[in-house]
Amino acid sequence: MTPVRVSIVGAIASILLILVVLELVRGRRLKERYALLWLATGVVLLVLSVWREGLNTIAGWVGVTSYPPAVLFAVATLFILLVLLHYSTVISKLTDENVDLAQRIALLEERVSRLAPPVD
Amino acid sequence: MTAQRLVAIVPAWNESGAIGTVVDEIKEFDSAIDVVVIDDCSSDDTAEVAESHGATVLRLPFNVGIGGAVQTGFRYAVEHGYEVAVRLDGDGQHAASEIPKILEPVRAGAADLVIGSRFVDPGGVYRPPFARRVGIGLFARLVSILGGQRVTDTTSGFIALDRAGIELFAAEFPHDYPEVEATLVALRSGLRVTQVQVDMRERTTGSSSITFIRSLYYIVKVMLALLVASLRRYPRLEGARQ
Repeated sequence: MTPVRVSIVGAIASILLILVVLELVRGRRLKERYALLWLATGVVLLVLSVWREGLNTIAGWVGVTSYPPAVLFAVATLFILLVLLHYSTVISKLTDENVDLAQRIALLEERVSRLAPPVD
Repeated sequence: MTAQRLVAIVPAWNESGAIGTVVDEIKEFDSAIDVVVIDDCSSDDTAEVAESHGATVLRLPFNVGIGGAVQTGFRYAVEHGYEVAVRLDGDGQHAASEIPKILEPVRAGAADLVIGSRFVDPGGVYRPPFARRVGIGLFARLVSILGGQRVTDTTSGFIALDRAGIELFAAEFPHDYPEVEATLVALRSGLRVTQVQVDMRERTTGSSSITFIRSLYYIVKVMLALLVASLRRYPRLEGARQ
C-alpha cells in the first residue's frame, strides 16, 4: 500500500503544478493550447495521488507489487515525455514558418528596393 | 521559338572573396542569364560585392542554411516566371563554362532535372578524400535504390532545372544538407532526372561548410531524411514536356 505521506506530497505537488499553470495562463505568459497538456498532467497525478486504491489496482495491472508509488513516477515521466515531444513538434513548425518568413522578406525587399530605392 | 528565360541561382554565405568572379564568369559566359545571389545573412560584404557585379541580390534577414537559401532562389524563379534555372555554388567551384553541359538536356526537353555529376565518367578529374568518397558512394547507392534510378553524385550542388523542377523545389526543398534528399524527392515526384559529367574546381576562398565534426551529424541526418522521404507520398508530377 502507498504510504500516506507519499499520497499527501503527491497531491500537494500536483495542486501546485495546476495552480502555477493556471496563474501563467491568467497572466498571459502561457497560451491555453500549450497549458492543456500541463493541466492534464496535474490532474492525472492528483487523481492517482488521492485515489489510493486506484493506484494500487493500476500497480497490480502493470506488475508493480512491492511499491505502488513507482507507478506515480512512471506516469509523471510519461506525461513529461509527451509534453516535450509536443514542444518538439511546435518548434519544428515554428522553424519552418520562420524560414518561410525570412524567404518572403528577402523576396519582398528585393522588389521594394527596385520600386523605391533607399535614399542615402 | 522565343529564347527561354534563364536564371542562375547562387547561394552565398561569407563569400565576398569569390562571389564577384562567380557572377562575372556567368555573365561572361552568357549575358542573357539573370544572376540571382542569395545572401544567407553574411557578416562580410558578399551582398554588396554581388550587387556591384550586376547580380540581383536576395538578402535573408537571418542565416537559414544552404537549403533555405537555395529555395529562396527557386521561389524567386517561380515568382518571376523563369522557365529554366541553373544552381551554382557561390564559392566558385562550379565553372560557368560547364553550364552548357547541364543545360543541354533541359533545353532539349529530355529532362526536368540535370545533375552535374563528378562521377558519371570513372576517369573524371575529381578525386575526393577516401572518407568523403565512401560517403558520396553510399548516398548515391541509397538514393538509386529508393528512387529507382541510378545516380552517381547526390551531393552535387551543380544542377539545372526546367519549370517543373523549379516549382517542385520552390515548394519542397530540405533545409540543411539538402542535395541528397532533394534528389530523392525529385525522383519520387516523377521528375525526369538525368546526370552529366562535369568537372569541379577546388574552392578558391572560404572553407567547405562540411567540417569533420559535422560529418557524423550530416550522415545521420541525411540517412533519416532519406528513410522518411521514402515513406512519404509525393504527388506525381508530369514532366514539363511530354
